[in-house]
Amino acid sequence: MAPILSIRDLRKTYDNGFEALKGVSLDIQPGEILALLGPNGAGKTTLISAVCGITRITSGTATVAGHDVQRDWRQARELIGLVPQEISLESFEKVRRTVAFSRGLFGKPRDDAAVERVLRQLSLWDKRDSTAMQLSGGMKRRVLIAKALVHEPRVLFLDEPTAGVDVELRRDMWRVVDELRREGVTIILTTHYIEEAEAIADRVAVISRGRILLVEDKDSLMRRMGRKVLHVALQQPLVAIPADLARFGLALDDGGRRLTYSYDTKAERTGIATLLAALAECGIAVADLDTEASSLEEIFVGLVHGDDAEGEAAP
Amino acid sequence: MNLRAVRAIYAQEMGRFFRTVTQSLVAPVLSTSLYFVVFGAAIGGRIEEVEGVSYGAFIVPGLIMLSVITQGISNASFGIYFPKFVGTIFEVLSAPVSFLEAVLGYVGAAATKSFLIGLIILATSWFFVDLSIAHPVAMLAFLVLTCVSFSLLGFIIGIWAGNFEQLQLVPLLIVTPLVFLGGSFYSVSMLPGIWQTVALFNPVVYLISGFRWSFFGLADVPVGISLLAIAAFTTACLAVVWWIFRTGWRLRR
Repeated sequence: MAPILSIRDLRKTYDNGFEALKGVSLDIQPGEILALLGPNGAGKTTLISAVCGITRITSGTATVAGHDVQRDWRQARELIGLVPQEISLESFEKVRRTVAFSRGLFGKPRDDAAVERVLRQLSLWDKRDSTAMQLSGGMKRRVLIAKALVHEPRVLFLDEPTAGVDVELRRDMWRVVDELRREGVTIILTTHYIEEAEAIADRVAVISRGRILLVEDKDSLMRRMGRKVLHVALQQPLVAIPADLARFGLALDDGGRRLTYSYDTKAERTGIATLLAALAECGIAVADLDTEASSLEEIFVGLVHGDDAEGEAAP
Repeated sequence: MNLRAVRAIYAQEMGRFFRTVTQSLVAPVLSTSLYFVVFGAAIGGRIEEVEGVSYGAFIVPGLIMLSVITQGISNASFGIYFPKFVGTIFEVLSAPVSFLEAVLGYVGAAATKSFLIGLIILATSWFFVDLSIAHPVAMLAFLVLTCVSFSLLGFIIGIWAGNFEQLQLVPLLIVTPLVFLGGSFYSVSMLPGIWQTVALFNPVVYLISGFRWSFFGLADVPVGISLLAIAAFTTACLAVVWWIFRTGWRLRR
């Protein structure tokens, strides 16, 4: 399938010389939910702004359904909805009017039914005649989503949709995203909450210092993440792993003094108790136990820190 | 051409005007009435006539211009600065809206507002003085051109301004003095010698003179020159707006 959003070697240098994007390439498939994960200042918002036309692109290209965002900007932007990170709404405008305004901006004819549909979908219909200043923070964010959806975009950018939102509202937001996924809307969301990426994304891209460090299917990432290793330090070194222990898939290192066992934390049984019992049966005396996690967080932190160190070494 | 976007921006800006309709309308009516009380009754009683027109009537065109120019600038500059300030400008930038379309929406609404205010002041004047309009078509043309050109200037100021201080700076330090010294309350011929020459460097003199001509058939400068002046000013504003468009100046980073 042809990607709905294709970014090629996108670079952005701000007027003050700051290089926010250093050649980003990314393909996003129709109907996919991609989480763009990265620390503050990594370039997440700049990437979105460049694609959406808020920031001028220094070099490189981005196309939406084949339309270049610079050359065919009208056609490209018609397909995009953007929910910004900052809650920016006209305080005195009524919800219904501000949503209808967004539809007009995108060149769509007035359609009260479409406005009503999107307001109901986001549980805002009761608030249709409230002004933005009368709404809570979570409701305001919903209004921003309604504004971004009312022109029926095919690609939706959610920039930190749950930053500063309480747990309940966050789950609520995830539900909304899930509904949109079922409608076939492609969603790119930025976040620095790893659990958010886990909860709703199909794929995860990690960005740091203006570069994409990793793009991977969430499930395979989860498999990597769900693994944990147990190191068993032995009192006496072993020459080989006894046949009785073969079923545990152990590795022997440190001159025969250490056994390494990897297991799935998500599995019902980790097998640790069985392993320890089996070790005792074989007469192997254990000196110490030590576990190591490889969570998405760790992968993420490792990637980003590795990148930081590299950045500092070669300024 | 995304006309629906132009209409959406225009309607939103006009909506803001009508939400604060009391403030938008009462303020100009009140200040005009005050001008009539102070200049028309108190001072005008001693001046009586200027070039054959009662002083009360003589100041009407200048009063209208004074309000229309200041309102046009403040409406348009605030209209574009406000979304920049609160961040809602992102929506216009990310929508399939060209710079020209945004200008049409924002400047169109600001010009309409100041035009309405001009008409309201004119109507208010009728309560205070006998007024006849010699050239109604020319009067409307001058009024519309002034509304449009100063709304364009306001739009430029609103885009240029980086904070509220800068937003007030140009109207306060340049426009208000030019308007007050532009012959709103007197004929340039009433000024002493050298100041008559100095006054001719003030572009607002040409506007008010032409506008006054459309009411009473008398002017400080030939009406053709007035028309040329306002046309040149409008062109200059359009040129700056075009340059802003070419460079994406201060809107896209």
